[in-house]
Amino acid sequence: MAKVAKQAKEGKTTKTTKRRKTVAIDVYKAWCKGCGICVAFCPKGVLAQDEEGHAYAKNLEACIACMQCELRCPDFAITVITEDRLNAGKGGSAHG
Amino acid sequence: MPEYTRLIHNYLRHDKKFPHVWCPGCGNGILLGSLIRAIDKTGLSKDDIVLVSGIGCSGRLPVYVDFNTLHTTHGRALTYATGVKLAKPSLNVITIMGDGDSMAIGGNHFIHAARRNIDITAIILNNSIYGMTGGQYSPTTPYGMRASTAVYNSIEQAFKISELAVTAGAVFVGRQTVYNAKLLDNLIEKAILKKGFSVVEVVTHCHVQYGRQNKLGSAVDMLKWQRDNSIPVEKAAKMSPEELKDKIITGILVDKDLPVYEEEYEKVRERAKGLA
Repeated sequence: MAKVAKQAKEGKTTKTTKRRKTVAIDVYKAWCKGCGICVAFCPKGVLAQDEEGHAYAKNLEACIACMQCELRCPDFAITVITEDRLNAGKGGSAHG
Repeated sequence: MPEYTRLIHNYLRHDKKFPHVWCPGCGNGILLGSLIRAIDKTGLSKDDIVLVSGIGCSGRLPVYVDFNTLHTTHGRALTYATGVKLAKPSLNVITIMGDGDSMAIGGNHFIHAARRNIDITAIILNNSIYGMTGGQYSPTTPYGMRASTAVYNSIEQAFKISELAVTAGAVFVGRQTVYNAKLLDNLIEKAILKKGFSVVEVVTHCHVQYGRQNKLGSAVDMLKWQRDNSIPVEKAAKMSPEELKDKIITGILVDKDLPVYEEEYEKVRERAKGLA
């Protein structure tokens, strides 16, 4: 978020930045087996595991919507919800 | 049901038991996602795809997806797939096999399907062990690695699946790890669209059997190993065999064109009709 604000200040706000803004990270707990792959390979350290091992967004502001967690989740339990996906009205695809 | 992973969920059979049967962190799930995304990108309809599997952890895969699916006997996925393809050549036939399934009991079927160049996409999940049956060593268990039937470590050399496929005459051979899921999507998409026998060797991890017996750590640790030991085929061409020891060479190994079996077979039928 800070990065976006900084870019906006410098007049660098691109469509991409705005489009990529993450609104929420949805974890479907009934399917999450707590393997920790999404947490380990998140490049920005957004995710963490709760006491039951389920993933959750600990630091949502840092999310750059790279979708690596969605891509590698073996159980299809995690979804990055970005503004463009919401605006598209179809919820977006599982691979961005 | 999360509304937002709609692409994947469009292809799942929601009347089956989810979460799926595989262990937490299993690469089979990552491949399933990759396969669905690849098929979605090809634009083929669900009814045009036939997914055939053998026995093993990989054998469960077609159960979860809404294509025409066939769960067959051990090692025989390619034989059933050959039958399906010849009966209805318009269908797009994909087989899902494990390393034991395709290299041990189905080894002969594999080399002959490659030689025959029948238009089937063979996806082989190579986790270097028989996971479901209790961690016995498989034809792809590397030399010196432990398995429940090799407690003093394996004394055999491992099959190199992709290199074998190249030698056997497959027209498209590619290898990729489940760590590089996006590249795996692209590779599977190309293999499905390729006319002729195409092989995709998917290097995956079995942290529960292979990893535990060889003290390789968790699924995350094994994925990190894949990340650190993958070398693209273009880069590998400039490296020595010593440097490439124990590395995973990824990318497209072969992409060529040869006459396809079912088309040649159709020509034979036409010739025979002309003579009658």
